Formats: sequence, structure tokens, C-alpha cells
Amino acid sequence: MPGDLRDGRIVIVGASLAGLRAAETLREEGFSGSLTVVGDEPYPPYDRPPLSKQVLLGKASADTTTLPMRRDPDADWRLGAAATGLDPLEKRVMLADGESLPFDRLLIATGTRARPWPNPEEASLDGVFTLRTSDEAGGLAARLAAGPGRVLVIGAGFTGSEIASACRERGIEVTVAERGPAPLVGALGGTLSKLAAVMQRNHGVDLRCGVTVTALRGDGNGRFIGADLSDGSRVEADVCVVALGAVRNVEWLAESGLAAGPRGVACDAGCRAFNMYGIVTDDVFVAGDVSRFPHPLFGYQMLSLEHWGNAVAQAEVAAHNMVSPGPLRRPHLAVPTFWSTQFGLNIKSVGVPTYSDHVVIAQGSLEARRLAMVYGFQGRVTAAVTVDMAKSLDYYEHLIETAAPFPPPPGAADRAIAADIPIPSDVPDPSGLSHGPTVALTGHLPDRRLTVVQPTR
Amino acid sequence: MDSDTLLARITDYENRPNPYPLYAELREAGPVVRQADGSYLIGTYHEIAALLHDPRMSADPRSRTAPSPSGETVKPPFLRLDDPEHHRLRTLAMRPFGPPHSPGRVDAMRGEISQLTEELMGAFHAGGQIDIVDDFAYPLPVTVICRLLGVPREDEPLFRAWSDALVASADVKPDEDSPEQDQTGNQARIEMGRYLVDLAEQRRGHPSDDLLSAFVNEPDPALRLTREDLAETAVLLLIAGHETTVNLITNGVLTLMRRPEHLDQLRREPDLLPQAVEELLRYEPPVHMRERIPHADIDVAGTTIPKGASVVLVLASGNRDPKRFHEPDRFDPTRPDNQHFGFGSGIHLCYGAPLARIEAQAALGALIPHLGTARLVQDPPPYRQNAMLRGPRHLPIQL
Repeated sequence: MPGDLRDGRIVIVGASLAGLRAAETLREEGFSGSLTVVGDEPYPPYDRPPLSKQVLLGKASADTTTLPMRRDPDADWRLGAAATGLDPLEKRVMLADGESLPFDRLLIATGTRARPWPNPEEASLDGVFTLRTSDEAGGLAARLAAGPGRVLVIGAGFTGSEIASACRERGIEVTVAERGPAPLVGALGGTLSKLAAVMQRNHGVDLRCGVTVTALRGDGNGRFIGADLSDGSRVEADVCVVALGAVRNVEWLAESGLAAGPRGVACDAGCRAFNMYGIVTDDVFVAGDVSRFPHPLFGYQMLSLEHWGNAVAQAEVAAHNMVSPGPLRRPHLAVPTFWSTQFGLNIKSVGVPTYSDHVVIAQGSLEARRLAMVYGFQGRVTAAVTVDMAKSLDYYEHLIETAAPFPPPPGAADRAIAADIPIPSDVPDPSGLSHGPTVALTGHLPDRRLTVVQPTR
Repeated sequence: MDSDTLLARITDYENRPNPYPLYAELREAGPVVRQADGSYLIGTYHEIAALLHDPRMSADPRSRTAPSPSGETVKPPFLRLDDPEHHRLRTLAMRPFGPPHSPGRVDAMRGEISQLTEELMGAFHAGGQIDIVDDFAYPLPVTVICRLLGVPREDEPLFRAWSDALVASADVKPDEDSPEQDQTGNQARIEMGRYLVDLAEQRRGHPSDDLLSAFVNEPDPALRLTREDLAETAVLLLIAGHETTVNLITNGVLTLMRRPEHLDQLRREPDLLPQAVEELLRYEPPVHMRERIPHADIDVAGTTIPKGASVVLVLASGNRDPKRFHEPDRFDPTRPDNQHFGFGSGIHLCYGAPLARIEAQAALGALIPHLGTARLVQDPPPYRQNAMLRGPRHLPIQL
């Protein structure tokens, strides 16, 4: 093999899902050199989806979500060690403890962290949480188990909605404050967000939309006791969960010369990082939530995804390409998918719902709480979301992959009358949401404003 | 050979012991092979998978443009209904059987199933001859489904006749749908339904721990099955609860008897058994074919299948598609990537799969230690008439 790509030193920065899957794949593909995995948390790789679901329900403890290993990647694990910088010329990763790790090839998989409450003093009140890490989930779960009088959730994206669902399932009173017009609207568009709002209210959530939280209030002894809202109202609560979306962990790359910014680290379809001039690097690869990559099904726009499946698929492609010569490298073209369970509903998505201008309810109905909604952009199918109808998802994925015409062809037995009536998909500008979008189209479309970065307040 | 008579050859009883070369021929001629009678055969994995997940494909026989000679108009059981009615009935039927309302129900039967296998094997003695079907693989699932549903075991001869007639009328046959056979099947279905509803009615107000009791004693009127739906659902559960598992167990014994090295491997590594059962479901599945009917003209791999046509998905052929499985004709109990069609796929994915898995694992696990010195009396054994639910009618072995 030229240059013997199966040997040498590989460093992976990021010890979560993408980092682990990449490490395993490197070994599966025959990499026999030295492998170092750097992670800023002191824990081995763990799974995050259960943190906002089973853990908050008290059905699992936060320290039991360790990711199973498909094989021992035979790596030198540098856990509890944050990377602080990258010297691309010397090919070294600097660590917080002053050490630096030399590499021949580097994989950046540093993911994201929860966006903190902008006022640090208020954020530090006892009872104010964010939810991203195992520690955060453990702290929040303990507080929920103690039976708070009310929980305030700021932001009704997927994380915020799942937290609210878990609270209601435990019989805890909960208020959700969302700056946008309805829960999940940034991810699913207007129609499904109406169903989400109805479900929340039916389950007893005190849902406040079109409002922002202007201040978190303490009792004078550092304990959170409530919040002020922009409509002049006050919410009294013992626990506050700030679910404002995620921040990409790119600060350590500030001096690296890579195309790293708030939307992630830009890379090509083969996961090779771009530098600040848009020139592709040969030895720095990117995977998972921190990456931003072009996708042909969505107009080659750069996509940032915070999806479990993307972290796995992209890590596998990146690892393969790190040990393969050019002609054998593969593109990362997986169709984005994600799922969520909340308020008794199983929501699954394929494609990019925000890359749409119209939607139809292709099967089922909002009234039945069971449906398949198909999203189209300029006359072709670009996404589908099912509610309690996951078995249809494969079919719609195929329509997306083949750029099938929108609206989709008739014939489904449970096709609704609504299937003939495309309505605007009503995807709002992300700047109008409390939380960040879990899918961000970070390229540029002249007629849409989906590229606006969440402004800090 | 003409590929437009493949279905006729597949269903020809002559080819029952080994239809797999015909399946290879089908994949070679496919993915979509039109038959002389106007139906379409599909035997390649990816096309089958796509069609099983395609919401435009109907499972309802009434969707056919050309109805069967008997003019079947009664509402079929949910296995052959489309959403949303299929979903409603399946969900109601699932309530007392599985998660989310009855988690652990099936798993809790493990002990009882092991005890039953022990009892059945109590009649075996070294040197004697047994019939795996009549002495073991049939009585086990019948007893289990009777207990689960709440049907007296001694009524077995009664429902066996109905079951035989029903299954025969539901077989896939090209060109030769006989009105008599359909008539007999319908009659059996009505009588069996009446019998099961009567049983259920006896439990109204006196519930015991079985599914019929649960169905008639459901307190929420919105979740109650109508009399007609109860009849169809109970018939379906009783029949599906044993007609397939008997083949799975028998095919398993036959496969292992033909491969002493794997028999030996499983004796040494009993932990492999769950994986081995999955491989059996791929390699020798009990259900070989399912029919679907498109609700609209649909394009499959470049061929337009017209609305209302009968499409026969040859699941057992998809399970042996070399484009999907490495060395598909090799039985490999350690096969890592084994997403077979043994229980179908899509919205009609077998409802009883967890129970079938437990029964097959328990049955084979108990039999394997006795098979090392046994030998097949007849190979191939005599097969059942049915091409869709394929399996030996008898499997005599010398212990």
C-alpha cells in the first residue's frame, strides 16, 4: 500500500460515538499503527440518546449507558484530557496538560456541547441544568427523582421536548418556554409542530410559545426559584433545564488554519477537512456532530447534523478513508435519519425536513396521531417524518435517494385526502427559535434564510 | 425452461423437497418475472424488501383485479388487511400478548415450554423410532398456543381439521383456484370462528389468564373487538400459532441431521442456539411465499406491475439471494449479518416471532443431545402439500 497507510500514528480527538466507531473501523480495516483517542470527559465512550429518555425516567442510571465495543480498538485512551490546539505544520495536537501528541493522520470528532444559559451568574444557580453529558444527566435525574414542584424547560426542540415528556411521565409539573411558534417547529416545520403542541398540552405540559425567558431568578442563596418571561409573566419552579441547542466544540482549532467555525469544521464528502482557504487537507479528517459536509441530495449544501446515525456512518467512512489510497476512498452520502420518543409518540425522520418548501400528509392523519409526512423541495421528495409509522420509512428513504417527484405517487392504502394537497412546509428561520436546529443547512440558498447562526442574546 | 411457468413448477409437489434450484432460476430470470397466469413472481432480496415496506402494496386479497372464483368478499383477518384497519386490529390483538401493554408475557412462558419439551421427550427411548412431526414438532406449539389462547387441548382433533382446510385454501397456486377448496376453506373459517367465539363468551365475566379472556373482558369499549373481528383474529392466532412453528422445528431437525458437524457444534456451544435459529429462519424458513397486490401501477426494477395484479414475493428465495448474503446456500449458525425474511418484514412482520423463537430454541435445545446417535429413516422425508407453508409432513428418525 502506498505510504503504508495502515501503519503510522493516528490521533482521534473526541472519545464519544464517532471517535469510538472510527477507532474500531480503523482496526477492522487493518490499521496496525499506534492509535490514540483523546477525550475531555473522564469516561469511556457512552451513548447519549438514553440520557434524555430512560435516565430521566429513572429507568437507567446515567453511568450505565457505556457504548458497547464492537471490537477492542487497541488504543491509548487519553481520557479527561482536553485538546487545546492543533499545529498542522508540525502535525501535533496540544493537550490541556501541556503535552503534545504527534500524528501522521488526525481525526477531529469533538462533537458539540450544550449551549449554556447566556448569563453566567444565572446559569450557575443551583437547580439550573443543561443536558448533554452523562454527568449532567445524572445530576438532573437525581433532581427529578427528588420530586420537584415544577420544572421549567427553556427550548422546545427535541431535547427540551423529551425532557418535558419524561417529567410528565413521572408526574412532575412542567412549563416549556419556546421562542418559536410551536415545539419542534425548527426540525419538522409548521404542520407537525401543531401536533407536537397538542400532544404536549394533552399530557399536561404548560406550554408557552412565542415567548422568551428574560431572566432566571434566585432566592438570594444561590438557589433557582423561577424565571421571568418576555410576556411579563413569571414561572415559579425548582428546576430549570436550558435546552437551547448545541455549540460545536471548535474553539481548540482557532489557530489551526482549518475552516472551523460556529457551524462546524468544513470537510469534503470524503471527510477530509478544508483549511481556511477552502483547500482540502490530506491528513486531517472530520466526523460526527462537529463536521459540516456537502451532500448531493440536498444541493451539495454543507450539512451539520446532530444525529446518532450520522456520527456512526461518517466515522466509518472517515476511518476507511484514513487508511485507504485515493481511488479506494468512499464518499459519506448517507441519508440523514433520526428518531425521538416523547409523549407516547415515536417520531422518525429521514432526509432533511428543513430542506423543503412543501409537505403532504401521505399516509394517516394528524387526528389519528399516526402518519407519514413527506417533504418536497422544488418538486422532488427531500424528507419524510413518520409518527408511529416507522415501517414506512424505508420506502420514503428510497424516494429521497432517487429524487422522486413530489408529491409522492398515490396508492397507499391508508392515504389521506390530505395527500393531494401540498401545503407550505413552514420551516421557520432558526433565529426565531429558542434552541438551535439539529440539522443545519449551512450553505447558501438565495431565497431562504436557513444559514443564520443562532445569535447570542 | 420457460420462466413464465416457474410458479407452476415451484408449487408442483414434485419439487417440494428442494425448491431452491427453482428459486435460483427465478432470481436469474428476475427481479420481476411475469407468470403465464398474469401474476408476478419476485425472488430477489432487495426488491422483496422494498415491496414489503411499500405502502402502495396491499395485503388484502380483495384488492385483486381478478377476484378468486369463490368471490371472496368477507373481511379477512388482519394478516391480510391494510392500514389503518390492519393497524387497529393488530394493536388490539397485541395488547394482551406483547409490549407495551403486556411486556414479559411471552418470555414468562419459557419455563412452561421447557417443561412441555421434557414431557414430550419422555416418550422417546433409545433405539426406538419416532416421528419428529407427530411426536414432537406438532404437539409442542399446539399445546403452547392452546394454553396461551385458552383453547382446551382436547379439542385439537376438532380444530386440526378446520386448520387443514383453511391452510389448504390459502396456499399459493397458479391457475387452479378451485371453488370447492375455497368453499371448504371458508366453511372451516366460519365454523372455527364460531367455536372460538363461543369459548371466549364462556369467559366473559369469568376471566382466566389467557388471550380469549382478555379479549372479551377488555374494560374499555373503544378497545374491544367486535364479534366478527374476534372470530377472525382468534382463528388467525390459533392457526398462525402452530402451522409455522411445526415447520420451523422440523426443518431445524432435518437440517441438523443432514449436517453432523453443525449438530456437534451446537452440542458443544449451546449459546449459539439463538443465532442458529435465525440462520434456520433464513435457510429453511417455514413461510416461503406471501402475496401482495399493488394499489396503483408500480415500477419494480424497470417493470411496471399493473394495479390489482397478484404479486408473489418468494421470501425463501430472497433469503438465498447471493446479492444480499455471502454464500447463501451454506447453513452457517454463526452468520453475523442475518436480516432474513423468516418472519417477513414491514407492517405485517410476524406478530408471534418472539414466541416462535423461544419455542424453536427450546425444542432444538432439548432435542440436540438426543440427535447425535440418531439417523434419518427417510431422506428426503415426505412433505406437506403446501408450497407456501413448506415443511415435512413426517420426519421419521431412528434414535
